[in-house]
Amino acid sequence: MSVAPAPGPGIGSQPRGAKVRGTLFYVVLLISVSVGFVLLFTLIADVLQKGVAYLDPILFTEPNSTNPDKAGAGPAIRGTIYMMVLLLVMVVPIGVGTAIYLEEYANRERWYNRLLELNIQNLAAVPSIVYGILGLAFLVRGLGLGRVLLAGALILTLLVLPTVIVASREAIRGVPDSIRQGAYALGATQWQVVSRQVLPAAIPGIATGSILALARAIGETAPLLLVGALTYVAVDPTLLGPFTALPVQIYQWIARPQDEFRLLAAAGIIVLLAILLTMNAFAIWLRNRYQRRW
Amino acid sequence: MTTQDTTVGAQPAPIRLRAEGTRWGEVVVKILLALCALVSVATTIGIIIALLEPSIEFFREISVWDFFSGDRWAPLFKPASFGVQPLLVGTFAVTFWACVVALPLGLASAIYLSEYARPRVRRTLKPALEVLAGIPTVVFGFFALTFFTPFLNDLGAGVGTFNVLAAGLVMGVMLIPTVASISEDAMSAVPQELRDGAFGLGATRLQVSTRIVVPAAISGIIASYVLAISRAVGETMIVLIAAGGLAQITFDPREPAQTMTAFIGATGLGDVPTGSIEYKTIFAVGLTLFVITFAMNMISIRLVRKFREVYE
Repeated sequence: MSVAPAPGPGIGSQPRGAKVRGTLFYVVLLISVSVGFVLLFTLIADVLQKGVAYLDPILFTEPNSTNPDKAGAGPAIRGTIYMMVLLLVMVVPIGVGTAIYLEEYANRERWYNRLLELNIQNLAAVPSIVYGILGLAFLVRGLGLGRVLLAGALILTLLVLPTVIVASREAIRGVPDSIRQGAYALGATQWQVVSRQVLPAAIPGIATGSILALARAIGETAPLLLVGALTYVAVDPTLLGPFTALPVQIYQWIARPQDEFRLLAAAGIIVLLAILLTMNAFAIWLRNRYQRRW
Repeated sequence: MTTQDTTVGAQPAPIRLRAEGTRWGEVVVKILLALCALVSVATTIGIIIALLEPSIEFFREISVWDFFSGDRWAPLFKPASFGVQPLLVGTFAVTFWACVVALPLGLASAIYLSEYARPRVRRTLKPALEVLAGIPTVVFGFFALTFFTPFLNDLGAGVGTFNVLAAGLVMGVMLIPTVASISEDAMSAVPQELRDGAFGLGATRLQVSTRIVVPAAISGIIASYVLAISRAVGETMIVLIAAGGLAQITFDPREPAQTMTAFIGATGLGDVPTGSIEYKTIFAVGLTLFVITFAMNMISIRLVRKFREVYE
């Protein structure tokens, strides 16, 4: 996209009122853009100031307790890490598979493929708590899985699947057709073209999108509340055992009336934001390091 | 001439461009990929079944009329009352205050990014704004409850510990990137010629932005608005933490209120016995929420397609 030319004063220079209005408008725009950043910085400063006192080894190792000085988020942090691994294993293959199907195989003219696309677009905007209801009805009660780690991971998988699909599709679309045609001309089959040419070229984009989706998933609280992550867990979570996650632990502390638990919640938030920030930074680094311009 | 006639019957067989037989490996791969795609279809069907079945049972006990016309929501009390209006009003109130912040500020941010910012500034600001959208909602809820509510009181707003105003305003800031990002996409899709023509006629940048670019990108802007409203209606943690749990019909933003999502969250986290009427209310309210957000998502998707069709 080319840049708009500066509306210089030029030949018939504008009346004075227009200039004042223009400047005013510009100032309003600048203020509008900065509101988000002001809130972001205030939020981070506030959380740091409140939570720093509780950032100690207890927070990372000990389970929750009724005594704020002994309460930690150990099982919650480990629950979140386990869930991340499970998510990665489930959501990336399914998401990338769907993206390949839609971009490389599906005939756009067919009604079912168009419906599939519409379906994914809609799923991306379904409230996260509705996914929680799905988990409650099918996994926890229907399948009789109970309130276990696997149920939580499955629900988060479905929740961020559309995000992974959209990011992977964009990455696959970014691979120029000349590469595919070159491979076809040498006699490659469709799957050979996809697996040996298109996918390797699209991996940086797919990885970036998947990490960002994962970051979104581990910050989710509402669906996990419904599949029962709000329990006291003293032992380390197992696949089919009761579990809790860091954002849920934070919510539990916020919901307590004592001020000490609010400070503890702030400490938990610092840990959560640090994890998310690391993931985001890693995703951006990946993109800048490996992204190819065709 | 006559020699050519003799060759007609002996033409060489045409070269076959297709493979000799079916490549089963390729077929298996295609089926596997289609199965991946089916997961998302199954999700939608699962959501609908999960919501419909208990909801139907619920509406057998409580009539649809009582549900939507009742103005008292007290499913856990005796005698219980199942009028959903307080939850709808609570949802509407929080959404309204979120819109007061997100719609104008999001649009202004989009205009700035698309029409005023230099390319380098835009490349830095856009992802930076996305960071705001990546903050977990439980964190925004904490901020609304422990910082923003006291802050409002310092300004003399006189709000309660739990109130609609703080939850709504913080949610509005959270939604700025949603509005800004989609609106900016739509504005970037407006052809440069339209701007050049207006500049050529002596228009100022303010005039080009507000009278050329915004009207030309209006379907995208409305799409971003509808999506932001849908997000606000479906947001759970901020309202669960900061707006309180009192289901009441009030339009005073200093008062607490319960939204549909907050009710589902608050009820679902307890150990409600399966099959009880309390258990089914989760699904009846969930279905109402799903239908409202579904309608808005469809409108938004349609509008986005429209601006894509016009200019791309």
